[in-house]
Formats: sequence, structure tokens, C-alpha cells
Amino acid sequence: MSTATAHEEHHEEHPSGLARWVFTTNHKDIGTLYLLFALLMFMVGGAMAMIIRAELFEPGLQFVEPQFFNSMTTMHALVMIFGAVMPAFVGLANWLIPIMLGAPDMALPRMNNWSFWILPFAFAILLSTLFMEGGAPAGGWTMYPPLVLQTGNAFPFLIFAVHLMGISSIMGAINVIVTIVNMRAPGMTMMKMPLFVWTWLITAYLLIATMPVLAGSVTMLLTDRFFDTSFFDAAGGGDPVMFQHIFWFFGHPEVYILILPAFGIVSQIIPTFARKPLFGYSSMVYATASIAFLSFIVWAHHMFTVGMPLTGELFFMYATMLIAVPTGVKVFNWVSTMWKGSMTFETPMLFALGFVIMFTIGGFSGLMLAIAPVDFQYHDTYFVVAHFHYVLVTGAVFAIMGAAYYWMPKWTGHMYDEKLGKLHFWLSTISVNVLFFPQHFLGLAGMPRRIPDYSTQFTEFNQMSSIGGFAFGLTQLLFVYIVFKTIRGGEKASEQVWEGAHGLEWTLSSPPPYHSFSTAPEIK
Amino acid sequence: MLISKIKRALTASAGVAALLSATTASAEYGLNLTEGVTPISQGAYDMHMLILWVCVAIGVVVFGAMFISIINHRKSKGAKPAQFHESTAVEIVWTIVPFIILVSMAIPATKALVAMEDTSNSDLNIKVTGYQWKWGYDYMDEGVSFMSTLTTPREQIYNEQPKGENYLLEVDNPVVVPVNKKVRLLVTSNDVIHAWWVPKLGMKKDAIPGFINEMWFKIDEEGTYRGQCAELCGKDHGFMPIVVVAKNEADYQQWVSEQKGAKAADAAAADRDWTMAELMERGEKAYNTSCVACHQATGEGIPGAFPALKGGAIATGPKAQHLDIVMNGKAGTAMAAYAGQLSDLDLAAIVTYERNAWGNDTGDLVQPAEVKAAR
Repeated sequence: MSTATAHEEHHEEHPSGLARWVFTTNHKDIGTLYLLFALLMFMVGGAMAMIIRAELFEPGLQFVEPQFFNSMTTMHALVMIFGAVMPAFVGLANWLIPIMLGAPDMALPRMNNWSFWILPFAFAILLSTLFMEGGAPAGGWTMYPPLVLQTGNAFPFLIFAVHLMGISSIMGAINVIVTIVNMRAPGMTMMKMPLFVWTWLITAYLLIATMPVLAGSVTMLLTDRFFDTSFFDAAGGGDPVMFQHIFWFFGHPEVYILILPAFGIVSQIIPTFARKPLFGYSSMVYATASIAFLSFIVWAHHMFTVGMPLTGELFFMYATMLIAVPTGVKVFNWVSTMWKGSMTFETPMLFALGFVIMFTIGGFSGLMLAIAPVDFQYHDTYFVVAHFHYVLVTGAVFAIMGAAYYWMPKWTGHMYDEKLGKLHFWLSTISVNVLFFPQHFLGLAGMPRRIPDYSTQFTEFNQMSSIGGFAFGLTQLLFVYIVFKTIRGGEKASEQVWEGAHGLEWTLSSPPPYHSFSTAPEIK
Repeated sequence: MLISKIKRALTASAGVAALLSATTASAEYGLNLTEGVTPISQGAYDMHMLILWVCVAIGVVVFGAMFISIINHRKSKGAKPAQFHESTAVEIVWTIVPFIILVSMAIPATKALVAMEDTSNSDLNIKVTGYQWKWGYDYMDEGVSFMSTLTTPREQIYNEQPKGENYLLEVDNPVVVPVNKKVRLLVTSNDVIHAWWVPKLGMKKDAIPGFINEMWFKIDEEGTYRGQCAELCGKDHGFMPIVVVAKNEADYQQWVSEQKGAKAADAAAADRDWTMAELMERGEKAYNTSCVACHQATGEGIPGAFPALKGGAIATGPKAQHLDIVMNGKAGTAMAAYAGQLSDLDLAAIVTYERNAWGNDTGDLVQPAEVKAAR
């Protein structure tokens, strides 16, 4: 057995300092890198949102010129989607999937390192466009031609940055799938996997299916601009609407990439603090799979106003409405999990409850948007802005924050400051509703999105929204403080951490050993 | 630091409460979707209210159950957790019931949609063309056509003057239509994608280069209805409003003949020789509607995006080349072709203005006849 011992000792020698992070192939280190990177990008994207809300505080042009305003809306979306929410989910996957499945690490550790380290370069390229002649991309994150082709020197940098983000996501997704399929501990059958793992497995397939589509569509933009092709140029026999079809064939599944792991997180947190098993485990799995399937056949609901034939509009309206069924099943299951439980309300639970309520509000406005005859009124107004911020901020971001509080004691070995955590939750929840709820009214009253200035009738609700925005932005500095305070120290966390917690990750020490499970646990 | 944060949040929420009471006091301020003035907008409004109430009802049930649970089933009240975790019957019920609700909403939605998309048997056809950043209208049957541009002065936008009543929602030439007539719009674009939207008319449609989309409306009441471009179209996306004026049949006919008269007068004026002073005056006006968005009032453009005319190679170079670029645009840039958008007189005036304003002082004079010859 001497070789085995030597082998283990060899593994304990890992570099320290900067080299530890640059060369790491450890799933926990890479998870940490992803999460901290996401936090940084959340602040960068948030700063852009503050500029947007400052300009919109009053009618007239106060702080920025329209072109720069458009750059801010465009970059805010790209940074938040590809820089904050997606890397945060991949970070959670890295940290949690191996320790939830009883595996020593991710299946493909070197690729894991690469898929993370691409990201800082991708975002350095993207953010450097802010300083280029002609300004940063300002055609919207959806990059619709012909407008996006008017981008200045930033254009090829935008395309290349999107390519890099896509490569990183695809590699991350491959790693997740290979790990889940091959690295489960004995006895961990598919239908025994924690829901977070299930939702990530399905998300990973969505990523692999759609990221190449995005890469293809932006490459066609690149050749249209530089190599005289006319894929999207009507004058050359192309079709600008085709870009929208291809983009949203990626874009709609992308929406679920941004929310399915959040469903998984909430499905872990609620049973713990209700002290009661998740209601309808298998229907949760089937509902997630149904949502993923439906996400591929609803893309044109983003395009009801492009002039589709009536039959097309009807099909996409019906298919979209259908998504409400599996989504409803999930919400009902969460509520039933709470029903007759024995609930306590630590910070992760507060965020999970906030998620269920506010995500459902976003779901309701989503159902309203699905109805094509009214979508003609809602489309491209602040009603849409309110809708997707309810599902993405109070949905995805709240779930990520809930996850951070829930697993931070496991990751760091320290309890976070519960008082500050609760304060963070309540300040966030109040301010985020002051921020986004009035935007429903703005949209219904007729304010288009992506405008730097507006007619005076929209002033009051924009001011409310901006005040909420500044408060929400400031509150997140508190979150950063709590995270770093917890990393540096705090009350020692036990293995179990939470009284009602179940699952393999809670059998490991806090923080877990370097190779999470060096011998596979037995699952009954 | 924390206390100041809390204080800040409290003052913010107090401010919000004050704002809220202020806004509910002003009755004109809209919280809800407009009912509008067309059958289409009424159909959209009815669907909106139906689905809104369905969502509210579902919300009351779901959130109600959740709050009952949060209040009663908490550990601090000594609640002991039950251990049930599935019920096939319940799960089937809450799959089928929402499905039935959805079908019952899909039926009226389908009816409304079919009615909206029926553009047949129109009384009047208007072609709408989106430009960066204005709208062009062609009355296909009357032979009337014009451009419609924002008239809100720069000083109001940059907060140097108080904002007017219709700030950002006012144009030089509104679309005039008769009431109670089915108006069909043929919507297209000359450059990037725009969207034509007047909320009270109940529908929006994208204006896409190379495509012609259709939409229609039939306005019940005379009045002025305002809207905006609803698809991001670049720098001045927020500054290309739409104004529709609905008139009774007699007033509408009078407006049509006025438009035709004005067009004839313009054509006649183009036949005579114009003086420098006349062209400069007309040129400044035309420049300020068609060129100022990119090249700026100072003629300095925006470095990196739009070239300067002040002392620029084109505006101080050969006259013919200058006229050519204004008329035919420059491929691969945002510079559009203005030959189809502007009259001979306006083109001549703009080129004359650009060659003599901001100290360019070339002394060149371009007559409308020269433009006519260059077409």
C-alpha cells in the first residue's frame, strides 16, 4: 500500500499563493474563482445600472449622451448575463456537484481550469471596448442587425468576447454532464440525486445545444461586416429577421439556463428550513425536463411584432402559455413542501421565500406577455423590463444569494453574521420592489425601453424606480462585506451546519477536505 | 456606516411613499394599459384585464397558502413537521386545472389575434418608412408624402429651457387620417429596424429594411394620438416620436388638398434661381431637421462616430462630390442617401449651407436646378 500513500501525499502538495489559483484543477478552488468573478461582474454590471438609473431619474439629458446610454444598457445586460449570473451558477456547480454526488472532484479538472480562465480574458476584451473609438457596443445585448453592424471599432471585439464566453460555457457544461453521468457514488441513482444536480444536468444540455447556435449567429454577423456576405442584409438577398430567429433559438433556452439552477437551489433550501422532505421530487424532475423541452419551441414569442404569419403567432402563443403548467407545478410543490412543516427563517430561507413570491410575480407577467394580442402593446416597453428583472434579479440573483448564505458555512467553515444577512435580505427585498414594480406601470403607460430620455408623464415612476435602484445597489455592498467577513472568520460551522439539512455535502467537514470524497460514500 | 445606510433606506422609502400619494392624486397619470380609441386597442385591453385578474386570483390562492404556512407552520410555534412528500392525485389536479385555465384564455386570445391581423378591405393605405431617426409617410392613393421629425428644441432636452407639454412627443408633420375609416399601414425601413407604435391605436409593428409589414387601425374619435419608436434603432431611438391626428372626413380632405398645394408650390420654387441669403436660411432649417443628429449644430460631428463638416474634406472639397454624398449616401457608414427623402430645393439649400456655415466660407452656391440635373 506504500504506493497508495505516496500517491495521496503527492496530491497534498499543491502550490500556494497566486499559482494556486492560476494552475488549480481543484473543483472547490475553481468554484471559488467563479463565484468571486461573478461577484465582481455583478458590481461592474451594477455600476452600469446605476448610470442608467441616474440618467433616467429626470426627463432631459443630465449625465450621459444617448449613444453612451445605449452602450450602458447593452453592456449591463452582457455583463450581468454572461459575467455574473452564468459564472455564479457554474461556480455553484463546481463547488456542489462533486460533494453532492460523493465524488472526489469534477471529471475533467484541467478543462475546468481552462473554462474558468477564459472568462477574465473574455470580459477584459468586452470591457475594453468602453475605451475604443466609436464607443462600446450600443445595439442592445440582442445584437440585432443591421443596427449592430453600425458598431465602431468595438464590433469584432464584441463578437470575439461572445465566442470566448460561449467556449467557456460549453466546456463547463461538458464537465458537468461527464461528472454527473460518471462520478456518482455507489447507490446514488439518478432519481436519488439532489434537485440542484438534476437542474444543472438539464441546464448543461441546454448550454451545449444552444451556445453553438449563438456562436454561429454572431459569426455570420462578423462575415456580413468584414467579408461581404449578406446573411442578414436584405439588399444582398439576406434576411434581418433570420438573425432574430437564430438568436432567440439560443436566447430562449438561455433564459432557462439562467433560471433552472435557481429552481434547484430553492429546492434544496426550502426542505432544509421546513424540516420536511421536498414535495413531489419526481414531478420536479419531470417539470424541469418539460420546461427545457418547451424552451426550444417558444423562441418567436420574443418576435411577435416582426410580422410573422398568423399561424406562426398562434403556435408560439400556445406553446409559450404551456410553459406555465410545469412552472406552476414547481411553485405548488415548493408551497406544499412548506405546508405543515416546522419552519425557521434564517437568511437562506428568506431568500428562497422571496424567490418563490417574486419569481412567481415575474411568471405572471410572463404569462401576460405570452398572449400575442396584448404583447403587441407590452412588447419593447418597460413592462418587459419589469418582467425579466423580476425573474432574473428577484429570481436568479436572489436564489444565488440564498445559495451563498446556505453553503457559505460549508465552504468557509465559518457562520456568516445572521443579523447582517437578514438586514441584507430585507433591504434588498424592499428596494428591489421599489426599483422594478413601478416599471410595470411605466410600460403599461407606454414608455418604450432602451430610451435615455422620456416624456414628462413618466417622471414620477422613474424617480421611484431610480431611488429603489440606488438603494438596491448600495445594499449589495453590504453583501460583499458579509461575504468577506465570513471568509476571514466567524463562529465555527459544524459539519451539519443546518438542523434540517440532508445530503452528502453535510457529511463532510466544514470546509471540506481538499479531495472531497477520497473514498466513495455508500448510499442506502 | 450601517446606520447611515438604514437612514438612507428610510428616507428613500418615505420619499417613495410621498411620490406614490402624489401620483395617485393626479388622475391623468396612467397605472394601467390604455383602452385606446380603436377596436384593436379595446381587444388588447380586454385580454389584458382578463389575464391580469386570472393572475391575481391564482396569486391570492398560492401566496395565501404560502402565508398561512409561514404564519402557522413555524418551529417557534412548536409546529412538528409532517413527513408527507407526494400525492399523485393532488399533482394530477394541479397539472390539469392550470391547463384548463390556459385553454380558456387561449380561446379569446385567438379571436382577438385573428381580428388584429385582418388587414383586408382597407379604406386608406399609408406607407410608413423608418429612418434613423425620423418617420416618412407616403399616402399611396393621394400622392401625399412627407417626413415627420421631432420638434422638441435641443434646449429643452439639455435642460436649458423648461420642458413643453408634449416634450419628446411632438413632430413637425403629423400623420393625418380620417376617423371611422380602416387605415392600413405598410411598414418598412430604410436603414435599421424600427417599430411603429401609438399605444392608443393598440398595436405595434416592426419596420424592417427589405420587408413590408402590415397593420391597421380604425379610430373612433377625433383627436391627437402620440407614440414613439419601439425598437432600439441607435443613438436617437428615444427621439423619433409619432403623432397621429384623426380628423373628420371633410377636414381630412381639406388637409389633403393643402398638402398637394404645398407640394406644387415647392416644385415651382425650385425652378427659379435662389440667392445665397435665401439658401442659407432655408439650408439652416433643413440641416437642423435632417443632418443635425449626427453632424451636430456646430458642424463638428461626433469624433469616432460621425465626421466633422466644419473644415471637413467633403464640405470644403469639390462641390459635385459633396452633392453626390448627400444625395446618394456613403456605403458602409451611417450616412444615408437623401435624394429620395428631400426635395431639390432642400438638398440645394443643405449643401449650400454646409459649404458656407461654421467658417467653411467656400462661397459656393448650389441651385435647385443643379440638383435636378444631378438626379
